[in-house]
Amino acid sequence: MNAPLRADQKLVIEGSGKQTFELARTRVLIAGVVFALGFLTVGARLVDVTLLQNGREPRLASAPPAAALEMDRANIVDRNGVLLATSLSTASLYANPNLIIDARDAAAKLAAVLPDLDRGELLAKLASDRSFVWIKRNLTPRQQFEVNRLGIPALSFQREERRVYPHGALTAHIVGYTGIDNRGLAGLEQSMDEALRRAPEASAPRAKTGEALQLSLDIRLQHGLRQELQRTVAEFDALGASGIVLDARNGEILAMVSLPDFDPVDAGTAEPEQRFNRNTLGLYEMGSTFKLFTAAMALESGAVGLHDGFDATQPIKVSRFTIKDYQGKKRWLSVPEIIMYSSNIGAAKMALAVGGQRQRDYLGKLGLLKASTVELPEIATPLAPERWRDINTMTIGFGHGISVSPLHMAAGVGAIASGGVLHPVTLLKRPEGVAAPGQRVLSPQTAEQVWGLMRMVVEKGTGKTADVPGYLVGGKTGSAEKPAGKAYRKSALISSFVGAFPMNDPRYVVVVVVDEPHGTKQSHGYATGGWVAAPTVGRIVARMATLLGIKPQGDKDPAQRELLLVTVSTGGKKGAPF
Amino acid sequence: MTAFPRSDTSIVGRWWWTVDRWSLVALAVLVAFGVLLSLAATPPVAERIGLEPFHFVRRQLVLVPPALLILIAVSMLDPRGIKRLSIVVFGVALLLVILTLATGAEIKGARRWLALGGLSIQPSEFLKPAFAVLAAWLFARQHRQDGFPGNIAAFGLCAAVLVPLLLQPDVGMAAVVAAVWFAQFFLAGLGLRWVGFFAMTGLGGLVAAYTMLPHVASRIDRFIDPKSGDSYQIDTALDAFLNGGMWGRGPGEGTVKAILPDAHSDFVFAVAGEELGLVACLILVGLFAFIVLRGFSRLLDERDLFVLLATAGLLVQFGLQALINMGSALHLIPTKGMTLPFISYGGSSLIALSLAMGMLMALTRRRVGHGEADS
Repeated sequence: MNAPLRADQKLVIEGSGKQTFELARTRVLIAGVVFALGFLTVGARLVDVTLLQNGREPRLASAPPAAALEMDRANIVDRNGVLLATSLSTASLYANPNLIIDARDAAAKLAAVLPDLDRGELLAKLASDRSFVWIKRNLTPRQQFEVNRLGIPALSFQREERRVYPHGALTAHIVGYTGIDNRGLAGLEQSMDEALRRAPEASAPRAKTGEALQLSLDIRLQHGLRQELQRTVAEFDALGASGIVLDARNGEILAMVSLPDFDPVDAGTAEPEQRFNRNTLGLYEMGSTFKLFTAAMALESGAVGLHDGFDATQPIKVSRFTIKDYQGKKRWLSVPEIIMYSSNIGAAKMALAVGGQRQRDYLGKLGLLKASTVELPEIATPLAPERWRDINTMTIGFGHGISVSPLHMAAGVGAIASGGVLHPVTLLKRPEGVAAPGQRVLSPQTAEQVWGLMRMVVEKGTGKTADVPGYLVGGKTGSAEKPAGKAYRKSALISSFVGAFPMNDPRYVVVVVVDEPHGTKQSHGYATGGWVAAPTVGRIVARMATLLGIKPQGDKDPAQRELLLVTVSTGGKKGAPF
Repeated sequence: MTAFPRSDTSIVGRWWWTVDRWSLVALAVLVAFGVLLSLAATPPVAERIGLEPFHFVRRQLVLVPPALLILIAVSMLDPRGIKRLSIVVFGVALLLVILTLATGAEIKGARRWLALGGLSIQPSEFLKPAFAVLAAWLFARQHRQDGFPGNIAAFGLCAAVLVPLLLQPDVGMAAVVAAVWFAQFFLAGLGLRWVGFFAMTGLGGLVAAYTMLPHVASRIDRFIDPKSGDSYQIDTALDAFLNGGMWGRGPGEGTVKAILPDAHSDFVFAVAGEELGLVACLILVGLFAFIVLRGFSRLLDERDLFVLLATAGLLVQFGLQALINMGSALHLIPTKGMTLPFISYGGSSLIALSLAMGMLMALTRRRVGHGEADS
C-alpha cells in the first residue's frame, strides 16, 4: 500500500508490539527446544530399536525369507513326463518357549500326539529361554490337525516344502536328493540346483508355470534295467552291479542304475556304498571289453586289416609281467578271432601294432582319458598311466592298466555304434528336431567292421548268452580281476558286457558291470562276463524291445547275412608282423 | 550457485538470492528419499490388493514434477500473495471437506476422500497449511491496536475447521490443526493462565476421545500394555528396525514390508529402517530436524508478526506430523495414522506438503527493504 501507512504500522509494532516481540522470540525458542528434544528422542529411540535390543531375538524367525526362496522348486520328469521329483507343501512345527505357560504339560501333550519325539528332549526345548525352537519338520496334515487341537498358544507352523521322489530308489543316483532346506545335495538336484530353484527374473515360479526339468531317462527302461540287475546280483551273490542304456544316436542316457542303491528320502541314513554311483564315480579296469577299442583303432589307423592276425601260441613276457590267454587257442589268430575268443596276447600285439602314441590319441578322442561331461556332480576322472610305455600300450590293449567308469565305456561304445560319431552323453532330453552335438572319431567303414565283430562275439564267441533272437545283439564280454595292492585277486572279478543292438544299424548301447559275482551251479562255477553280464544284457534287450516296440528281424533278413561277411579266418595263415 | 548473478533482479534471480537454499536442498533430499522408499514400500501393498507391483510408484512419480513446480512457484510469492493464496485454498478446501461429509466414500470407517473426475483427493490436507497462514494473519491483526478481534476470529476459524474434521472423523488431522492453532496462539503472547486452560482442554479432548471413540481407546491401551490386544503391526515394525541394523538390508531387500500393514504410509519409516538402516534413518530424522529448527532459528530475527506466526504454524504442522509418524513407528507414542511428510505414499499429501513448504520458503525469504506484509 502506500508509504505513510507502512511507517505507521512500523510504529505500531515497535511501540506497543515491542513487548509482544520479546515474548514471541522467547516462545519461539521454547518451541524450538521442544522440537529439538522431540527429534533427539526419536533419534535415540532409533538407536535403541535397531542396535540395543538386549540380544532380543526378532519375533519373526529369520528363516521365512530364506525358506521362501526355496519354494516352488521345479519338478523333475522323465522323457515321457513321468514325475521323478516334486515338492509338496507341508507344515513344520516350531515353538516360542517364551510364551509357554507350562512346559512340562506341553511336552507331555506333544509327545502324545507326535510319539516319535522324545519327551525329555521336548521338555528341554520347551523350557529353554530361546524364542524359537524347531519341534518337528514336515508334519502330515493329520499331525498338524492333532497339534492344533492341543491348543498350546506357543506352537506355530511354518509352511515348508518337502521334496518327494515318487519312484524312490529307482532314480536315486541320478535325480539325487535335497537337504532339509531344499538345497540340492547330490545328483541332478545338486548340479541343476540353480535351474531348479525359482529363476530370479521370472515373476512366476517355474513349478507354477508347469516348466519341469525333463530328463532323457525312460522310467520304464530304468525299471527294467534295475530289476534285471537286482536279479543278477542276487543270483551270483555279487557286491553290486551297474548298468546303462544309452541312445547311441544322440548320447541320451535312457536308463542308468547302480546297485546297491538307497531311498533318497532317507539319504542321510544310507551307507556310503549305497550312495556311491558306480556308473559315474566308479573306476574299473574294464578288461576285455576294451579290446573293441583296440580293434577299432587298429582297423581305423590301418595297422591291421580284418584278415590280418597275430601269433598267440606263446604268452608274452615283458620284464616281470606275463601276458597270457584265458582258455587260449594257442595258435595264430585272425583279428575277428582275437575279439571272438578274447585273446589277450592278440590284443596286446594289436595294440603294439597301433603304437602307444596313436593308442593314446584314439582313447582321448573316445573320451576315455578325461572326466565325463554328464550333468552329474559325482563324476570321476579316469586313471591312465602318466608314462605311456610299451607295456602300458599292451595291457591297455586288453583293458588293464587303465581305469574308466562304466559310463565312459557306454559313451565309447556308443561312438562305435553310432557309426563313428561320439555324442557327449547327457541326462537331459535333447530338444527334438535339433541335431545332437557330436564329433566324428571313427570312419563309418571302421565302425561297420567293428559292428560285425561285435555281432560275431554274440553269435559265436564268448557272448552267446546275450543273444536275443531277432534283435541282432552284438557286444563284448569282459572279466577283469580286481586289483589288490600291486597284484590282482584271481577270485574277485569285474564281469562286464558292453552290447549294442540291432547290429545291422545299432541304436542302443547296453552296458552291464557286475562287481565280484560268484559262480553258481547253473554257470558251472563261472563268474565271467559271458556267464554273468552277457545274459543280463540279453534279458534287458528283450525287455527293451517289447517296451520300445522294436520290430524283430527274421533270420533270413538280408541284413543278418550281410553282417556275417566278416568271415572268420582260422589258422594256417601266417605272416603277421609280430 | 552461480547461475544467477547477484545483480540479477528478475523474479527468478531475486528468488534465488533470497530463498533459504539450505532448506530447499533438504526438501529436495527428502523428496528423493520419498521416491526411493515408494519404490521399496508400495509394491507389496500393490500386490496385496491385486494391482501390478509398480502401480503406486508410477502414480507417485507422476506427481513429483508438479509437486516440485508448485513448491518453487509458491515460494516465489511475497507474504501478501501467500495470504491471498491461502484465502482461496482455505475456502475451496473447507467447502470440499464439508462435501466429503455428504458425498465422500467411506474408507476404513471414515469419510475423508473425495472423488474428483477420476482423482481421489483428501481436501483436509490442503486445509491445514491454508489454515495456519490465515490463523497467523488473524492473530497478528489482534496486535495492531485497531480493535480487530483477531483472537476471537482465529478461535472461530479453528472451530470451523475442527467441526467437519471431527465429523469425518479424522481425529489425527483435527489434533494437528488444534496443535498448530495453539502453538500460534502461544507465540502470539497467550497468557500463561490461558495456556494452562487450553492444555487442560486438550487433555480433556484426549480423555473424551478415549472414552467416546473405541479405536482410540484400543490404541492407547495397546500402547500402555502391548499384551492387551493385537500388537502385530508395531511388533512387526520394530522387527523391521532390528532387521535393518546399522546399515540396513539394502534398498529393495527388506522382507518385513511384505507383511507390515500400512508399510507404504503410516509405517514407511519402518521400511526405511529395514532397508536403509540406522544411519539413513538418522539422516532422515536430521533432515526433518534441520528444516524445522532452521526455520525456528530464522524466526528469531523476524520483524513481522504475521510472517513469524505463519511460518511457525507451518513448521509446527510439518514437524509435528514427522514426529508423530516416526514416534508411532518406533513405539514411542500410541500408533496414530499420520503420513511422514514427503516420504509416505499419497498424492494429496505430496501436493499439499509442496504447497505448505512453498509457503514456508516464500515466508522465510529475506525481505530487505520491503518489510512486513500489510493487511
